[in-house]
Amino acid sequence: MAAAGAGRLRRAASALLLRSPRLPARELSAPARLYHKKVVDHYENPRNVGSLDKTSKNVGTGLVGAPACGDVMKLQIQVDEKGKIVDARFKTFGCGSAIASSSLATEWVKGKTVEEALTIKNTDIAKELCLPPVKLHCSSKSLPAASASGAWP
Amino acid sequence: MLLRSAWRRAASAVTAARGARPAVPTRELRLRVADHAPSGTAAAPEVEAVLRPLYMDVQATTPLDPRVLDAMLPYLVNYYGNPHSRTHAYGWESEAAVERARQQVASLIGADPREIIFTSGATESNNIAVKELEAAIQPDTSLVSVMTVNNEIGVKQPIAEIGRICSSKKVYFHTDAAQAVGKIPLDVNDMKIDLMSISGHKIYGPKGVGAIYIRRRPRVRVEALQSGGGQERGLRSGTVPTPLVVGMGAACEVAQQEMEYDHERISKLAERLTQKIMKSLPDVVMNGDPEQHYPGCINLSFAYVEGESLLMALKDVALSSGSACTSASLEPSYVLRAIGTDEDLAHSSIRFGIGRFTTEEEVDFTVEKCIHHVKRLREMSPLWEMVQDGIDLKSIKWTQH
Repeated sequence: MAAAGAGRLRRAASALLLRSPRLPARELSAPARLYHKKVVDHYENPRNVGSLDKTSKNVGTGLVGAPACGDVMKLQIQVDEKGKIVDARFKTFGCGSAIASSSLATEWVKGKTVEEALTIKNTDIAKELCLPPVKLHCSSKSLPAASASGAWP
Repeated sequence: MLLRSAWRRAASAVTAARGARPAVPTRELRLRVADHAPSGTAAAPEVEAVLRPLYMDVQATTPLDPRVLDAMLPYLVNYYGNPHSRTHAYGWESEAAVERARQQVASLIGADPREIIFTSGATESNNIAVKELEAAIQPDTSLVSVMTVNNEIGVKQPIAEIGRICSSKKVYFHTDAAQAVGKIPLDVNDMKIDLMSISGHKIYGPKGVGAIYIRRRPRVRVEALQSGGGQERGLRSGTVPTPLVVGMGAACEVAQQEMEYDHERISKLAERLTQKIMKSLPDVVMNGDPEQHYPGCINLSFAYVEGESLLMALKDVALSSGSACTSASLEPSYVLRAIGTDEDLAHSSIRFGIGRFTTEEEVDFTVEKCIHHVKRLREMSPLWEMVQDGIDLKSIKWTQH
């Protein structure tokens, strides 16, 4: 009885181990709270992190949120004479989804006019990043920050 | 024994099957195998290609100690009798194992084995203890319930003093000792504890089992939560799961033997972690009393960096921000709020768990990654930028959201 049981155990353990190296690393975690690779990508390969010269006439700065809420986003846009956004930068104190949302916002507003940029909805951002419903509020700050920055010069 | 040889055979099978595999990007993560081949031989790099994060979240749960598994296996495979079967050897041997485990749990906390009731975990034990309030004989009986060691910040409560006060006022004293049993010395008689909750999987035992200590002298009356066949003195009906209970007993015995050594080793590692981090990063706050503190649970707040973003960045290390129990909500830790931590620092907290199997290498790796990513996230943080520019964040009128 014990021997048969041991043989079964051995085979089961071997099968499990032979199978496990082939699983890509991300499948080992439960999907419910897993960071989507798009969200992680915005942190690992940052684009548009930084600051523009806030004293410049062509630069608008928007700052929304509060440290007590765990969410503060700063978005800056540089606008040319024709009202087109030529550059954008962001800095965020917030969760991974918040960082990714504001990063994506800076990518999307570049090349648009200020009016066009204001039409972007936070649900678009959430959809692009595949944010779960609980993280929707993270994307909801990036657009007010953008619009706040656009409201200046 | 059995499993270790199966593991070795399978590991060599992996090596043999390696030819067909596509290249997997290694991130220098280690496979936690207690007895894999020493580094330098051909087998070691192959085994290390299985990518799992380091485990630094022992407050959430602990891995099974191999000695516990050794104790449990015979009862999972061979000695599978119901411990309540009175009429044959299977039942008798199973019952003997349960009683042995009961003695092991009792001796860890200075109790009598008759005062230990096995449950499904500390949560069930807590429920039984608190329900006692409703089953009080006298109308003015009340209950004090305090955690021994807090699971979020590692603070040790003055249990002996509280016990003394409760005893003098004739008030029942319950403590949830899930994070304390087997880690700090506990004695239910010295500390005048009437009820204690114990969790198996917090002390390198199996999941799904716990115990409640219920004082006999003077007798503490509790009401059963689940009724049925009257097992465990009628206080907790249901067949006692022998393999789990044997595992829990073994875990308690191992903990009793290893407590002093573990405490010293964990203290050194904890000191190493906090010193290294605080030396390299400014504006890091340790939450919780530094004196009355269990060293294996370190809760640090990294100002100007949000906790969840740091957890995402530290993807090669399994950590926690706030309690796992409340991880589904978006609220910051209620414990940190209760000790008066500023809200923004509460959002910036990370809990590092150091346990019996944590190595110095793992601590160094975690510290290195933590320092690197905190610096990186601070570069991305508008708050850090404002502080560098000399702005006082407390003077700003933030927008409501």
